[in-house]
Amino acid sequence: MTIRVGVVLFPGSNRDIDAVNALRVAGAEPVVLWHEQADLEGVAGILLPGGFAYGDYLRAGVIARFSPVMRSVADFAARGGPVLGICNGFQVLAEAGLVPGALLRNRGLRFVCRQVALRAEDLHTPFTRELAAAGPLRMPVAHGEGCYFADDATLDALDADGRVLWRYVDSDGGVAGPEDAGNPNGSLRGIAGVRNAAGNVAGLMPHPEAAVEAILGSEDGLGIIRSLVVSAREFAATGELAGTRTSVTAGAA
Amino acid sequence: MTAYRYAVNVTPKPGILDPQGRAVERSLPHLGIDGVSAVRVGRRVELTVDAPDERAASAVVDRLASELLSNPLIEAYEVERVRDTAEVAG
Repeated sequence: MTIRVGVVLFPGSNRDIDAVNALRVAGAEPVVLWHEQADLEGVAGILLPGGFAYGDYLRAGVIARFSPVMRSVADFAARGGPVLGICNGFQVLAEAGLVPGALLRNRGLRFVCRQVALRAEDLHTPFTRELAAAGPLRMPVAHGEGCYFADDATLDALDADGRVLWRYVDSDGGVAGPEDAGNPNGSLRGIAGVRNAAGNVAGLMPHPEAAVEAILGSEDGLGIIRSLVVSAREFAATGELAGTRTSVTAGAA
Repeated sequence: MTAYRYAVNVTPKPGILDPQGRAVERSLPHLGIDGVSAVRVGRRVELTVDAPDERAASAVVDRLASELLSNPLIEAYEVERVRDTAEVAG
C-alpha cells in the first residue's frame, strides 16, 4: 500500500508542488492539507514546504503557527509522527516551538539563492536513514531569513544530544562557520537543520525536495525525502519511530 | 467597554545579530554623520484594545506581545500607552 504523506499548504506556500513531486519520486502518495483544515486525512507523515506563509508578515512563519492545521500537526507530532519542515516550513516549526531555535535575517542581509553542500551528522534518524552517505549533499537554498540562532546553552545541548541533523560544509568538507564561504546565511555552528528532543520533528533551510532527480541538477536530497517516507510507513505500521524518544518526551521541543 | 490605544516596541535582544542595524550604522558615514553607534532595528506595532478597564486591556496587550508580536528567543518588547485614540487608520 502506498503510504500517505501530507503536504501542508498555507496561503503563500510556493514549494508545495515540488514537495508533492518529491514525495511521488520517493514512492509516497502526497496529500495536500489546506491550512484551514484540522483533519489530517489519515496521513502517516507530514511535510511543511517552503514559501512565504501568510506573506511572512511580522516574522517568517509566525502567523502560520496559529492556523487550524498547525494545531493538528502539533498533536500529530506529540503522538510521535514524523514531521519535516523545509525552509519556510522550518521557520513555521521554529515559531511554533516544535523545533528549537530561531531563524534570523541572513547575516549578509541578502536573499540567498544558490547551491550549498551539507553534511548529515547522523545516518540513523527518521530524516536521514535512507541517505547512502553523510555527504557532501548538494542542494539549493533560497531564503532571506535562514540564519540559525539559539543561545550557547541550547547549542551545547543540541550538540550533546545529537540534535543537529545537518551542517553546511566548505569545499574541504569541514563545517562552515558563520563567516565561511560554505555557510549561506551566517548560521551558528554551521547549522542547516535540527530536530526536537523527541527526535520525530525536524527542520532544515536547504531544499532536499528540489534535489530529487538528475534533471534538477542533484539527487542528493532524495535520501532525506525517502527517509521521511520510510519513517511514515514505519509510523503507520507500528505507531512508533526508530531512533526517537517519543514515548518518554512526547511534545517537548 | 473603553478603547485603549497601545504601542508595542519590539527590538532584537542584546547580543542577537542585527544585520539591519549594522547596515544602517555602516551607511551613516555616507551621510557625513559621525559618533552614532549601537544601532538596533526593531518594529513598532500600534493597536487598540476594547476592554472594561485598563488593567484588562493591558493584560491582552501583554499576551499578544509575548505570544505573537515578539519571539522571546530573540526579541524583547516594551508596551507603551498611546494617549491619542482619535486617529486610527482603517
